[in-house]
Amino acid sequence: MFLRLLSDVRWRAANPKWRRMTCSRRSTSSTAEPHPISLPAQAQVVICGGGIMGTSVAYHLSKMGWKDIVLLEQGRLAAGTTRFCAGIVSTARHVSIELKMADYSNKLYQQLEQETGVKTGYMKTGSISLAQTQDRLISLKRIASSLNVMGIPCEIITPKQVAQLHPLINIHDLVGAMYVPEDALVSSANVSLALATAASRNGVQIHERTSVSHVSVQKGRVTGVETDRGQIQCQYFVNCAGQWAYELGHSGEEPVNIPLHACEHFYLLTHPLKEPLASSLPTIVDPDGRIYIRNWQGGILSGGFEKNPKPLFTEGRNQLEIQNLQEDWDHFEPLLSALLRRMPDLEALQIMQLVNCPESFTPDMRCIMGESPTVRGYFVLAGMNSAGISYGGGAGKYLAEWMVNGYPSENVWPLDLKRFGTLQSSRTFLRHRVMEVMPLMCDLKVPRWDFQTGRQLRTSPLYDRLDAQGARWMEKHGFERVKYFVPPGKDLLDLDQSKTFYKPDWFDIVGSEVKCCKEAVCVIDMSSFTKFEISSTGDQALESLQYLFSNDLDVPVGHVVHTGMLNEKGGYENDCSIARLSKRSFFMISPTDQQVHCWAWLKNRLPDDSNLTMEDVTWKYTALNLIGPRAVDVLSELSYAPITPEHFPSLFCKEMSVGYANGIRVMSITHTGEPGFMLYIPIEYALHVYNEVMNMGQKYGIRNAGYYALRSLRIEKFFAFWGQDLDAFTTPMECGREFQVKLEKGMQFVGQEALLEQKQNGVYKRFTMFILEDHDTDADLWPWWGEPIFRNGRYVGKTTSSAYSYTLERHVCLGFVQHFDEKTGEELVVTTDFINQGEYEIDIAGQRFQAKAKLYPLSSLFTHRRRKDEVELSGVHGKPVQE
Amino acid sequence: MLAASCCDRRMCVCPGPRRIAIPVRSSRLPLLSDAMPAPAHLFPLIRNCEISRICSTVCYCHHKHLCCLSSHFAHSHFRYAPQKKFAALYRPKENFNHFIHARDYASTPQRFYLTPPQVNSILKANEYSFKVPEFDGKNVSSVLGFDSNQLPANAPIEDRRSAATCLQTRGMLLGVFDGHAGCACAQAVSERLFYYIAVSLLPHETLLEIENAVESGRALLPILQWHKHPNDYFSKEASKLYFNSLRTYWQELIDLNSGETTDVKEALINAFKRLDNDISLEAQVGDPNSFLNYLVLRVAFSGATACVAHVDGVDLHIANTGDSRAMLGVQEEDGSWSAVNLSYDHNAQNEHEVERVKMEHPKSEEKSLVKQDRLLGLLMPFRAFGDVKFKWSIELQKRVVESGPDQLNDNEYTKFIPPNYHTPPYLTAEPEVIYHKLRPQDKFLVLATDGLWETMHRQDVARIVGEYLTGVHHQQPIAVGGYKVTLGQMHGLLTERRARISSVFEDQNAATHLIRHAVGNNEFGTVDHERLSKMLSLPEELARMYRDDITIIVVQFNSHVIGACQNEEL
Repeated sequence: MFLRLLSDVRWRAANPKWRRMTCSRRSTSSTAEPHPISLPAQAQVVICGGGIMGTSVAYHLSKMGWKDIVLLEQGRLAAGTTRFCAGIVSTARHVSIELKMADYSNKLYQQLEQETGVKTGYMKTGSISLAQTQDRLISLKRIASSLNVMGIPCEIITPKQVAQLHPLINIHDLVGAMYVPEDALVSSANVSLALATAASRNGVQIHERTSVSHVSVQKGRVTGVETDRGQIQCQYFVNCAGQWAYELGHSGEEPVNIPLHACEHFYLLTHPLKEPLASSLPTIVDPDGRIYIRNWQGGILSGGFEKNPKPLFTEGRNQLEIQNLQEDWDHFEPLLSALLRRMPDLEALQIMQLVNCPESFTPDMRCIMGESPTVRGYFVLAGMNSAGISYGGGAGKYLAEWMVNGYPSENVWPLDLKRFGTLQSSRTFLRHRVMEVMPLMCDLKVPRWDFQTGRQLRTSPLYDRLDAQGARWMEKHGFERVKYFVPPGKDLLDLDQSKTFYKPDWFDIVGSEVKCCKEAVCVIDMSSFTKFEISSTGDQALESLQYLFSNDLDVPVGHVVHTGMLNEKGGYENDCSIARLSKRSFFMISPTDQQVHCWAWLKNRLPDDSNLTMEDVTWKYTALNLIGPRAVDVLSELSYAPITPEHFPSLFCKEMSVGYANGIRVMSITHTGEPGFMLYIPIEYALHVYNEVMNMGQKYGIRNAGYYALRSLRIEKFFAFWGQDLDAFTTPMECGREFQVKLEKGMQFVGQEALLEQKQNGVYKRFTMFILEDHDTDADLWPWWGEPIFRNGRYVGKTTSSAYSYTLERHVCLGFVQHFDEKTGEELVVTTDFINQGEYEIDIAGQRFQAKAKLYPLSSLFTHRRRKDEVELSGVHGKPVQE
Repeated sequence: MLAASCCDRRMCVCPGPRRIAIPVRSSRLPLLSDAMPAPAHLFPLIRNCEISRICSTVCYCHHKHLCCLSSHFAHSHFRYAPQKKFAALYRPKENFNHFIHARDYASTPQRFYLTPPQVNSILKANEYSFKVPEFDGKNVSSVLGFDSNQLPANAPIEDRRSAATCLQTRGMLLGVFDGHAGCACAQAVSERLFYYIAVSLLPHETLLEIENAVESGRALLPILQWHKHPNDYFSKEASKLYFNSLRTYWQELIDLNSGETTDVKEALINAFKRLDNDISLEAQVGDPNSFLNYLVLRVAFSGATACVAHVDGVDLHIANTGDSRAMLGVQEEDGSWSAVNLSYDHNAQNEHEVERVKMEHPKSEEKSLVKQDRLLGLLMPFRAFGDVKFKWSIELQKRVVESGPDQLNDNEYTKFIPPNYHTPPYLTAEPEVIYHKLRPQDKFLVLATDGLWETMHRQDVARIVGEYLTGVHHQQPIAVGGYKVTLGQMHGLLTERRARISSVFEDQNAATHLIRHAVGNNEFGTVDHERLSKMLSLPEELARMYRDDITIIVVQFNSHVIGACQNEEL
């Protein structure tokens, strides 16, 4: 019945190719052959899935000049989730890359009807996000700030203004709202058909009623696609199978993990009101009530994200579950209550239907895009977390760029498939996690949020010990890491109550941990780091690494080198520390979430040589970070090896015994700029070494510390952080790390040309540290990341991370400053003078705070330096921090 | 004087200005909606809302048969209402309090309000559950377990409950006892009756063995395994006295040895009659211990009804004396629930019972035997334990009272002789026994005192317990289909369904769940927290006006075992 409700556009009529296809089908229909047009034997690209994602990828690929494309759809085009999608294009997004995708989609859809002649139902209605609480309003203000600097009109309005914009809304419980006038409504199925039409005009072949059974892989590359109608050889395969993407990924011999899971999603359709609603009426999003409401054919369409989602298809596609996909009114009741509370006048409105349309969700609420780490040429675009129509255009564009150019035009790491590994692919994990993720769609996004489900998956051997000492945990790439230690007798707030945009309740706890790091010694368990060992029989390891890394790795044995792993544009693919263990073997430490990405990057680039081996030894070592001026004393007592600065200079690595345990890799780095050591301990010795360190450390005032303390330490010292501050679009030149690049190391390395060019011409953005001046830590909103930076009143960039510096007693924000031409908006070279000669302000949820910009860390912080001219100090502001 | 004040609209909740805002309770409404097939549920419900709005001006008064219909029956603490002048003398202090509190309550109507956890702690204070191991080493049990609970209205509560497994014979005994004129008789019956039944069921050899053991001072074979809530106490002082009476009983049984296998029905009847007889005798004989002497007199002068179930495999016997009730919950093939009565109330509403009483007495007394639906115009149940005032001759009553302790002598009530008292006994404890062979569709048995049956129809009881035991997923999903439904109507319906579900999840005990419904049900047949809260926060003196003590045992049967037993017999 519902299929008839959405006007079905005859896109095929507008498409000459389709006309041919239909004609030929008619002519052969007497022979009862269902598929008259046979599949091509080969193609460059095969796209599986004819929803908004598949058609968008096809559209953009064909626009970029790739013509030999086949799009396969198991049913009819735009018949899956896309058909049932609510059709709201909303740019109010928290993550900036998502915001950009939504903005692009909006602009694309707007001109799509003109471009293709297919009616898309595009209607610029605007959207109003309501706030029932002050915290919600803060959250909206933060989004408003980022929308505004992107040039998307947006304003914070009062409840009265809401009432003027929408006649039906009950505004009595509102404190404010955000109005985005350019948000739009579309018929999602028709947008999809329009994209298909345009793609098909550009030469893309579209085959309906063709399902892909599996993807053939040879030597780690896609070679072809097996369908129920035969085989197609291809170089690229794009999995846009939506909620079936996981299953499809696992159907081949070489599984591709696409961690997503479907949940039922309900929305309500009503008959028109007595006085039908205007189609230009803005869409209402009431996150506190967990609902959205849009006008729909004179009536309303309203759905939401309930607290108790119903996950389905855990064990794969299942006919029984499909049949059971019915209206569940009891389940919808809380949302209906919220709707009637928001619009009490709708009581008398007649119900047309409750639509149950499964949506797919991912473990971290962000969509999945990119190339598989295990199978080259296997691309994925799925897991839209019910925002498919908002992201569709932008996501398709980025993926097409990725395929054609090797990398998209924006940093899409937050969406990259490689942020997940096999560990996020357990169906139980996904089922539990999406049950948490779906309600989060409407929950308040506060700083430092941790997922509660799917926890304690990867843990250090010290987990229980630390937990018993009051550790509070967060998770990164499935690994449990300590945030801070709650001292005995002190109680922190419950999880829900501790959600705040202001000063958190752990403030003093972390403060005392930081103090201990500065004055005595602390232990931080940093076992989650990704650790690789690369070795060879000859010089292959050194040669390969010299090519892949920007710094000079041909250092004496026992030295540790901080270096970037750069791409061709000189951007950071990874930021790591590499210790030369012997002439022919290297020990490489990278951020936790690099495990999949870095592995794939190196695998694809290292020569195929059986004499060169790379091993992931992450699980083999427990890492303890001994930070503080007394670290050297503690370690001296535990080992006979001399560790005085003369024997153990900074950035040095030595295998030695600690306590009874032998073979501990001790490195004189701490990732914070503080003096101390990292201990890489074979896991069976972890507890022993930890106990020894804690016992011996007692007289030096040792205590446990967590990552929040580490974060405060590294940010006040202006240390950049891969994944937050650094990404594939940041070069060492832009963040003052020229010293980590050996441009003249006697051989070529990846990104060298780009860096040379930058060195000559200057950089277009500069990593800068800001110290907030008139910010009251107790009373004002805390910075987080993504806050716009204003220079002399003009927008120049965004912050990437921030922390409170207990030493400076100020907030420190790190971020990139750009230089836009005042008239043309063109990007100009950023010079040191440009940075230094400006008055800066940081915008936190609409409130601007004065900030002092610094290009170098404050020397006053380095009171505990060990040796004045040490390498670590000369490179102090560019030392990598890995998390 | 006080009786008049009852209808002075202060104590009584007759129609008039409502002091306690409790919506109307009409058993017709849930029935109406029950009768409809599930999808159509929607519409009658909406209509029901309107009906209830119209009706809500009528005040609910559940005790109309006690205080509204007749100004004679002023005092609700008593099942049989003493006459006017007498009522004034009986426990005048309490009546006075009654009066004061009623006024207090009226002046601050919102004073008592309970939070959901408070409500739960009241409702759950007396709940008890017992799970029977499916195979206890000897027998496969047809009983899965039982849930029991009681909610007091009187202070102290006059209801009692018992549950025990017979150890020397097979089977399980469960019973509810509703006391009147105090709780002494109900307490005694709850402690003693099962022993009498168990002994009646024992084979000759076992009786001999037990007697020999007692004779030679050896350890006695345990007869019963009790399943008791901590609040269910046994009086230690009287145990010796009770034991002696019981021993006399089994000695007689040994002497009478008929050699026949014991018939359960006969055993139940004998046990009931014998216990009542012993209660009567003990009071006549008295006891040198003054405390015990007073106790046996209080037991004899108060009364108690009893409804006892004996379950052994597929054989279910219900022995009932009085107006408590046993009901079987049956699940029909379509999944719906129906109720089968397994007992007859012994009261004025039962024609056969009225007939029986009239048969047992001369025609001249026909008019005075049953008045205002009460035996001799006083007693509601027509069969009961104790109540020697309706059993002994006038001479015996006078003699015992005069020779009895002062407390008894001072009590006007015990001295009072019922009017038209010519040919005692008027009352018997002999039970009516109904046998039922359990079938796989018989899912549970509810034993409950009249406090439950006054507020709930058995059909509703069957449905609520049935839905509770099987889980709520049997609630039919709603489909709008082609109907014209507005958002508001749908919302109303969903809220109501939600309330029903949430009340189920709150309870781990079927009896508690039933009490929650009995006390808190609104016009939709769903639990209304506000109503529940008000009913439970009534001051002690007022509680009895709105509800009676409620005691419930829900026994769940094991359909697999019952089905297997059936097949064996085939």
